[in-house]
Amino acid sequence: MARAVTTKRKSINTALAWAVGLLIFFPILWTVLTSFKTEAQAIADPPIFLGFDWTFENYSTVMERSNYMRFLWNSVIIAGGSTILGVIIAVPAAWSMAFVPSKRTKDILMWMLSTKMLPAVGVLYPIYLLFIRLGWLDSRVGLVIVLMLINLPIIVWMLYTYFKEIPGEILEAARMDGASLKEEILYVLTPMAVPGIASTLLLNVILAWNEAFWTLNLTAAKAAPLTAFIASYSSPEGLFYAKLSAASTMAIAPILILGWFSQKQLVRGLTFGAVK
Amino acid sequence: MATQHSRSAARIMMAPAVILLLGWMLVPLMMTLYFSFKKYLPLRGGDLGWVGFENYARFVSSSSFWPAVSATLMIVVGVLLITSILGVLLAILLDQPMWGQGIVRILVIAPFFVMPTVSALVWKNMFMDPVNGLLAHLWKFFGADPVAWLTEVPMGSIIMIVSWQWLPFATLILLTAIQSLDSEQLEASEMDGAPVLARFWYIVLPHLSRALTVVILIQTIFLLSIFAEIFVTTQGAFGTKTLSYLIFQRVLESQNVGLGSAGGVYAIILANIVALFLMRIVGKNLDT
Repeated sequence: MARAVTTKRKSINTALAWAVGLLIFFPILWTVLTSFKTEAQAIADPPIFLGFDWTFENYSTVMERSNYMRFLWNSVIIAGGSTILGVIIAVPAAWSMAFVPSKRTKDILMWMLSTKMLPAVGVLYPIYLLFIRLGWLDSRVGLVIVLMLINLPIIVWMLYTYFKEIPGEILEAARMDGASLKEEILYVLTPMAVPGIASTLLLNVILAWNEAFWTLNLTAAKAAPLTAFIASYSSPEGLFYAKLSAASTMAIAPILILGWFSQKQLVRGLTFGAVK
Repeated sequence: MATQHSRSAARIMMAPAVILLLGWMLVPLMMTLYFSFKKYLPLRGGDLGWVGFENYARFVSSSSFWPAVSATLMIVVGVLLITSILGVLLAILLDQPMWGQGIVRILVIAPFFVMPTVSALVWKNMFMDPVNGLLAHLWKFFGADPVAWLTEVPMGSIIMIVSWQWLPFATLILLTAIQSLDSEQLEASEMDGAPVLARFWYIVLPHLSRALTVVILIQTIFLLSIFAEIFVTTQGAFGTKTLSYLIFQRVLESQNVGLGSAGGVYAIILANIVALFLMRIVGKNLDT
């Protein structure tokens, strides 16, 4: 807002906003700090905030003990694979809806959105059964496909709203100059669509990375991603706060960083263009 | 203009997405419907024949049905109240001129990116544990007895955890909406001497109403099916068994697929009622 404000008012705003921001962020900060403590320091009474001996021991313990790398790799494959596959399927669909709209385009978009509303638990058993029949239970292939399908509506919608913003005249001009459909897509559309596609990839990697219904219910040991790895800590044995913190920090750090880059796209992607 | 040629090309390009989603929607849905009319116990005899609407009747009359409905409603309504009220306040605060706005925004938005299993476990152990949790230390510091959050106030604790996850979402969307507010209108009303509260009530809130509706509807759809938070914290004990958790237990834990499927059909109907309202808003926006 372009209003002149007094320095005093600005200081009060700043103090208040920072206090609230830090309070909301605190659980994450505390987890990260605890991950560098020893188990004894992690449960010290009174709690130690900063004055502890920083150690990386928990990270190496977690990595050794639980095949952390395999869970991480599963998360990368499942989140990355489902997103890339989804974008490959969604780009042509969103392209045609944005540039060659028909009377039914709106209905198709709305219908796609409605598939996103299907509660997972309502189709849990059928999917479970299909997975057994197809031999997909506890396999990365199965999860890549399921997560691709649950995020496909969001991917199509995001791409559609981005493509909509590309002026159609440019495409017409290219067509006049004799560009074929393939050339049109490759040389005219793609360069302009790259930022939108990148944002879509980003948001959907985040959503897939954090998905915790299908990943918990359709995996056991082989294909389990980080969501399941963390859930396995839910029955504690002995001292474990520092290790839990280290495992948690590793599971959320990559996505936290990606997420900070995708704030704007988050709004667009999750409200289906209803809030801009 | 679109030629006949490009129209058919468009149809072909749309086909994979449409066919996949159609399959993803119809196949499991048909199977759920099919199972819901059967007595089907995979571990105890398998398919024991058609039973009509018996599963539907049994699901509703079981002793855990109404508690599950009320648990679901409490979580949904509780989280919605907290996130929309705090979200509006926070969005207004973040919209004010200040130093380090970008960093505060990052701090506030962060919980949304934490995977549900992590946030549930961190809250459960490091904050809500009655012995070593940080809240217990805080309580002791003020001379109060530590609270065993997840057993004594299980519902409040889960609402708290889920609200922490969803507050950033509400805030971010409301902030986006507030930033599109015409500041001249506000300035004019300020010059006319309208008090802060009146400005909020007559200008800001009406402007936010659509964003707020979207926040409420989208959150409702996600909240109706929260799973990991309950799975990790209470496993549905202490009255926190929601409708979707109940269905999950019927289907996978007790392997009563017919009964669980009937529950699933109820869940689908419920979600569709909410979705209908959301779609109307989104659809309106598509025209403009």
